Amino acid sequence: MTSNGHLTNGQYAIEVKDLNIYYGDFRAIKNVSLAIRSNQITAIIGPSGCGKSTMLRSFNRMNELVPNSHIEGQVTFHGYDIYANDVDPVEIRRRIGMVFQRPNPFPKNIYDNVAWGAKINGYKRDLDDLVEQSLRQAALWDEVKDKLHQNALSLSGGQQQRLCIARTIAVKPEIILMDEPASALDPIATLRIEELMRELSRNYTIIVVTHNMQQAARVSDDTAFFNMDEDRAGYLVETGPTSEIFTNPKDKRTEDYITGRFG
Amino acid sequence: MAEITSHINNPGYSDKSTPPELRKKVRLSETIIHGFLFLFGSISILTTLAIIYELLKESWLFFREVSLLDFFTGIKWQPQIGEFSVWPLVNATLMTSLIAMIFALPIGLMIAVYLSEYATPRFRSTLKPVLEVLAGIPTVVYGYFALTFMTPLLRLIFGAQVVQIYNTASAGIVIGILILPLVTSMTEDALSAVPRSLREGAYALGATRLETAIRVVLPAAISGIAAAFILAVSRAIGETMIVSIAAGAGPNFTFNPFNPAETMTGYMVRISGGDLSYDSIDYNSIFAIGLLLFVLTLGLNIISQQIVRRFREVYE
Repeated sequence: MTSNGHLTNGQYAIEVKDLNIYYGDFRAIKNVSLAIRSNQITAIIGPSGCGKSTMLRSFNRMNELVPNSHIEGQVTFHGYDIYANDVDPVEIRRRIGMVFQRPNPFPKNIYDNVAWGAKINGYKRDLDDLVEQSLRQAALWDEVKDKLHQNALSLSGGQQQRLCIARTIAVKPEIILMDEPASALDPIATLRIEELMRELSRNYTIIVVTHNMQQAARVSDDTAFFNMDEDRAGYLVETGPTSEIFTNPKDKRTEDYITGRFG
Repeated sequence: MAEITSHINNPGYSDKSTPPELRKKVRLSETIIHGFLFLFGSISILTTLAIIYELLKESWLFFREVSLLDFFTGIKWQPQIGEFSVWPLVNATLMTSLIAMIFALPIGLMIAVYLSEYATPRFRSTLKPVLEVLAGIPTVVYGYFALTFMTPLLRLIFGAQVVQIYNTASAGIVIGILILPLVTSMTEDALSAVPRSLREGAYALGATRLETAIRVVLPAAISGIAAAFILAVSRAIGETMIVSIAAGAGPNFTFNPFNPAETMTGYMVRISGGDLSYDSIDYNSIFAIGLLLFVLTLGLNIISQQIVRRFREVYE
């Protein structure tokens, strides 16, 4: 543990070994092994239904909220198995935050949306300060500073999504998972989210699922390409630095996908 | 439109008559079905209007003899000696309803939260039908349940000197049991209607199940829950059988839940079932009370609809 309560950083924030994820009898993820570098942006790309979101949700144990789901294999967070019996999933989710495909602010005011997560996690210092900092980091402060007590649902879609990012930052996670964070937004709002991701990657490890390959190419440092086989189980095709995956893919399927031949 | 017509060389208006194949046809079956459905649609409206008309007509006979002032002031309802203050009856109705709500709201809310946030789908699908069985029990059974089970139980707990044979507490609690399925199932519907994405948002911030349920899901469903509660209140106010069996058969202005007191509905049942002549003032009084009851429950229903409309959160 370092002084700020974060687990010590090695080269990899998350390592996945031989991971299989099942929903009932259906295998959604097949034999995936993968390492996510700390303080980088990793993009997970692949055709619809190949298990990208399932993969992402296994990193903070969101999958287990789905009845009948179970995993085989191991996911480690700075070397610690997050699925070990004595691990508290609530604590994992606090440290590995998540931003969803559609903005999902709580039906509370803007201030409470940001403060709530910190409050329930026992944040004792100045909440006003935390709210301002988080909103500034999410590049939303200037737009909302005069209406902090308005209902969050009155904001535009792009603003709502940045609010959700602010709310995630406010609980001081180490990793931020983003599940197609811009897919419900217009191009300008999308661009702002991408800029924000670059900005945040200085302090956080970011893993983003996207079906937008330009987005993956624009924002990510590393890319993992997933595909699915005949029985619809998702598997990892290849992973590496984004520049290599996009200019010089080793696998034919990756090349076909990024050049738009399928998917 | 100018641009569009100019494309087809501005042909002007046609004065050709419609050819037979384009003319409107008389479709007899359509017309009949339409009329038929309209008729059935109107029946419910006409019934309501007829009820209101009857209530107003008979109440008017009553209010010709008794002034509104006498009706709404004083604390005695004794038609024999010309005392017509409605408050003892209203008070008893409010007492039984309040007791019912005190019993049913917290329990119903807790069951609903459990069902929607904690229970496995399998357990939920077992418990819901069981609750619905409660809703299917005839109210007369509930009435005797109050008189022969709840009242003795209360007397056992609080003492036979304190708790009278007929009392509003016992009737109120059993009304609470009666409306419990209503509260539970409507509240559960409201909670289940909260999008999954909100719960996931809370979990992703490191919220526990309880924090998510109480501080995110409940507030998001508040309009539906409030509407459920108000509907339950109007159901409790209108409940007749339980109170006429277990609450007491005589107007009594009291705030002691262990004393007998007759509610508005209880009074109406007793008078209409009795041997009073049809044009006596006592007989007419039940229409006046019925009208008041109607206005009360209608008002509550309108408020509940307003709440649903005003506080509904709109999610994408």
